Amino acid sequence: MKVFIRIIIFSVVLSLCYWGFSNYGIPQVIPEAPPVEEKISGSMTMDQYIALGGKIFNGKGTCTLCHNPVGGRAPLLVESGKDGAPIGARAADRIKDPRYKGKAKTAEEYIYESEVDPSAFVVAGFGKPGTNDTVSPMPATNKGSIGLSEAEIGAVIAYLQKSAGVQVTVKLPTGAAPAAAAPAAAEPQSAKTAEEAFGKHGCTTCHTIPGIAEGGDVGPNFKGLSSRAGSRVKGLSPKEYIMQSIVSPDAYTVKGFEPGTMPADLGEKMTVKELDMIIKYLMEKTG
Amino acid sequence: MGFLGKGLFKGVSFRFTSLTACLFLIFFASTLILPISHNASLSLKPAFATESPAPAGEHAAPVLSKAEGKPEEGKKEGEGKFTYQPAPKIKVEDYPIVKGFNSRIAVWIVAQLHLFFGAFVLAVPIFVLVIEGVGLATKDERYDHMAHEFIKVSMTAFSITASLGGLLSLMLVSFYPDFFKYMAGIFGKTMIIYALLFFGESFCLYVYYYGWDRMNEGFSKWLHLTMGLMLNVFGMTLMVLSNTWVSFMMAPSGIDDAGVFTGDIWAAIRGPLWNPINLHRFIANIAFGGSIVGAYAAFKFLSAKTDEEKAHYDWMGYTANFIAIFGFLPLPFAGYWLMKEVYGYSQQMGITAMGGAFAWLFIIQAVLIGSLFLGANYYLWCGMGRIKGSERYTPAIKYLIVVIVGCFLVWFTPHTLIMTSKEVTQVGGTHHPVLGFLGVMSAKNTAVNILIVSTFLSFMLYRRSNKIATASWTSTGNALQVALFAGGAINIVTLGVYGYFIPANIRIGLSIPQVMTTLTIIIVSSVLDGFMYKGAKSTGPIEWGKMGQRSQYALFLLAVSFTWLMGLMGYVRSALRQHWHVYTVFRDNSLDAYTPTLGYAAGIITIAVYIFIALVIFAFWIANFSAKKHAEASH
Repeated sequence: MKVFIRIIIFSVVLSLCYWGFSNYGIPQVIPEAPPVEEKISGSMTMDQYIALGGKIFNGKGTCTLCHNPVGGRAPLLVESGKDGAPIGARAADRIKDPRYKGKAKTAEEYIYESEVDPSAFVVAGFGKPGTNDTVSPMPATNKGSIGLSEAEIGAVIAYLQKSAGVQVTVKLPTGAAPAAAAPAAAEPQSAKTAEEAFGKHGCTTCHTIPGIAEGGDVGPNFKGLSSRAGSRVKGLSPKEYIMQSIVSPDAYTVKGFEPGTMPADLGEKMTVKELDMIIKYLMEKTG
Repeated sequence: MGFLGKGLFKGVSFRFTSLTACLFLIFFASTLILPISHNASLSLKPAFATESPAPAGEHAAPVLSKAEGKPEEGKKEGEGKFTYQPAPKIKVEDYPIVKGFNSRIAVWIVAQLHLFFGAFVLAVPIFVLVIEGVGLATKDERYDHMAHEFIKVSMTAFSITASLGGLLSLMLVSFYPDFFKYMAGIFGKTMIIYALLFFGESFCLYVYYYGWDRMNEGFSKWLHLTMGLMLNVFGMTLMVLSNTWVSFMMAPSGIDDAGVFTGDIWAAIRGPLWNPINLHRFIANIAFGGSIVGAYAAFKFLSAKTDEEKAHYDWMGYTANFIAIFGFLPLPFAGYWLMKEVYGYSQQMGITAMGGAFAWLFIIQAVLIGSLFLGANYYLWCGMGRIKGSERYTPAIKYLIVVIVGCFLVWFTPHTLIMTSKEVTQVGGTHHPVLGFLGVMSAKNTAVNILIVSTFLSFMLYRRSNKIATASWTSTGNALQVALFAGGAINIVTLGVYGYFIPANIRIGLSIPQVMTTLTIIIVSSVLDGFMYKGAKSTGPIEWGKMGQRSQYALFLLAVSFTWLMGLMGYVRSALRQHWHVYTVFRDNSLDAYTPTLGYAAGIITIAVYIFIALVIFAFWIANFSAKKHAEASH
C-alpha cells in the first residue's frame, strides 16, 4: 500500500507540474474569436471601408500570418521590402512581368486576382516547393476557412491601395455614401474594464447593474443575477447562462420581458476580452 | 473451447468483456441507423427529428437524400443515385443542452480517454506477438511468459476501450447530432465495417488470450501466433479506418468547391493527412503501450517480495522501456511528415500551429519530450549499474548528460517572447538578442536530432556493458563508429546553421537530410555493432533485480509524461480546426467554438490523465487479482 500511495503521489505531482508550467510558465494568449462576416452598410464611407479592409487584413483574412516581415513566407504587402514598393504601388508592374499569364488588366484587378486565384502569378521564390513557382501555397481568400465576401475583398484592396499611397480605385459597395463624408472608423479596441465595456455596448441603457450608477429598466435588473443564473436554463452553469444571454439573447427570455428587445449581434461586436470581463464582473458583483 | 471458461476470474473477465463488446456494438449500430434514417425522430431536439429534408444550406439538412418520391433539394430529376447536400449551417441554439454537461469538455475528455485506451490495446498485441515470436525462435520460455503477462494487462483495458467508444458515440449523438449525422452520411459504410472489424478483433483477442496455455505446442502454437497476427491485422485496420474520420475533419477531401461531398468514399478516405496520421499514431501507440506496461512492471518490481519476482519485473520493465524508446525515437520524424503535409494542405493551418495561436504549445511539448528523453536515458544509466563491466562506459555518462540537457534547453527556448512594452525596451525587441536565435526551427531540428543520436548512444553503451568484442577488426570498427557519430553530428549541426541563411520554405526541407543523417548513424552503427559483438566475451551476467528504486520512478515518469504528451498533441491536432467541425466545410457555431487558452486546455488534459491513471490502476488490479487466484489454484 505504501508503494501504491507513493506512486500515486508521484504521478499526481508530476501531472500538476506540467499543468503548472502550462498555466504559469508560458504566457496565456487568448486566441482570436471566430470571425464573422463584416456588416457592410449602405451608408459606409470610403475611409470606413478602408479601415474595414485593414481590420480584415489583420484579422479575419489571416493575411499577416504569412505577409509579415518576420517569417519571410510571403511577399510584404503594406510595407516596402526586398520585393519593392507596397503591393498597391507595384501591382501594375506585375502585369507587365513576362511570367504573368493571368487575366488582370489593372492594378486593382491584379490584387483581386491574387486573392481569389493566388496561383495566377506566383512571385519568384514563393511558390510551393517543387512547383518551380507555378503553384502558390496561399489559399483563395473567397473560399475555405477564410471565405471573404466580394465586399470584404474589395475592402482589403482599398486598404492595400491606401497603404501604398496610391489612388484607391475600388468602388464602394452598392448604396454606400460618397467618400470622405465621415471620419474613418477606428480599429475596434477592447474596453479596459468591465465598466467601460458596459458603457461601450450600451448595457446600462436597459439594465441596472450593481456598482454602476446609471441604469435602465427595459431589461432585467442584474442585482442577484449570479445566484439565480444557474437555475435559469437547465444544464447551463451561471457563467454559461450569462454568456448565452449575451451572445444569443433570444435563446431564453426572462419572464415579463419582451423577446427580441436585446441586440442579437453583441457576440459579433464584443471582443473576447470584453465578454470575459463582463461575465466575470456579473459573476462577482451581482451576488 | 473449454479453455475459454477455465478459471473463475477469467470467466468473469470474459463475460465482462463480451457484454461490453455487445453493448458497444448494439449502441454503435443504433447511432449509425438513426442519423441515416430520414424518418427517425429523437426527443433530444426537434431539429434531429427531420421529417423531410430541409433545403440545402439550412440547419440539419440531411447530407444524404434518396431518390424516392418527389425530387429533393440538390438532386436532378431522373437520377437514380444518392445525391449529397452541403454541410448544414447550424446556429448556436441548434446544439442540444444536456443538464450538467458542458458538451465540449465532456466529448473532449471521453474522446481522449478512448484514444488513450485505444492506443494501449492496439499497441500491446503488436509487441506481444513479437515477443512471443522471439520466445518461439529462441525456445526461451521467459519470453512466452512475459508476452502472456503483457496481454493479460491489456484485457480489462480492451473492455474499457469499448465502453468508452460507446460512450463517445452517445455523446456525439446527444451533443452534436447535426455533426454526427453529417459524418455518418459520408462515412456510414465505414462505420458499419468498423463495428464488424471490432467483432473480429474481439474474437481473435479472446482466442489468443484464453488459448495461450492450450495452444502452446507444435502446430497449435503456430495457430496461436496466427491468431495473434490476425488480432493485429484487425486492430490496425480499425485504427486506420477511424483515422479517416479524423483526417477528413482536419483536411476534408472528396468534396467539391462548394463543400459538397461528391459521393466518392475512397476520395474522402484518402485525404492528405490520412497516411501521416496513420504512421504517427502507429508509432506513438507502440511507445505509449511500452511506457504503460513499463509502469506496470515498475509497480510490480517495487511491491515484489522475493528476488525472483524482482528479477522478473526488472527484466519486464527493461523490455517495456526498450519498446517505449524504440517507438519514441522515430516519432519526431513521423511528426515532421505530418506537419509537412499539414503545411502542404493548408499553409494557414500549419502557421497557426507552429507560429500562431498554438506556438507556445510546442514549448510545453518540448518540456514533456525533454523529460521523456531524460527519463529514458536515466533509466538506462541506472541499468548499467547492474551489469559488471559497465564501469568502462560510465565516464561517458556525464558528457551525455551535458549534451542531452543542452539539446533540451535549445528545444525549450521560445522564439518570440510576450513582454510588456517596458520589457521590450529593456531586451531590445521581442526576441532575446542571443537566445532568440535558438528559438527557430533550424536550432530545434538540430537539437532533437542530436537528442535522438545521444539516446541511441546511451543504449549502445548499455548493450555493450557486459561484452568484450573479439572480432579481429574491433579497433577499426570502433574507429568507424566514432567517425560515424562525429561526422553525423557535424553534418546535423552544419545543416542547422545553414538553415539560418536560406528562406523559410527551403529551410523546412533541411529537416529531411538531418533526419536521414540520424537514421544512417543508428542503422549503420547497429549493423557494425551486431557484427563486431557476434560471439563476444561476457564480463558477467546482467544481475536482474539489482536495480535502485529511483530507477523505477523513471518508468512512471515515462508513463505519465507520455500520457500527458498524448493528451496535449491530441488537443492541438483537433484544435487546429479552430471554429470548424470539418475544416472549411462545416462550421462550429456552438457557444464553445472559440479556442481556449493553453492553461485551460492543460487543465482538461490533466483531468483526462488523472481519470486514465485511475482506470489503468483498475485494469492492473484486475490483472493482478486474476493472476493471484490463478497462482493459488496452481499451487
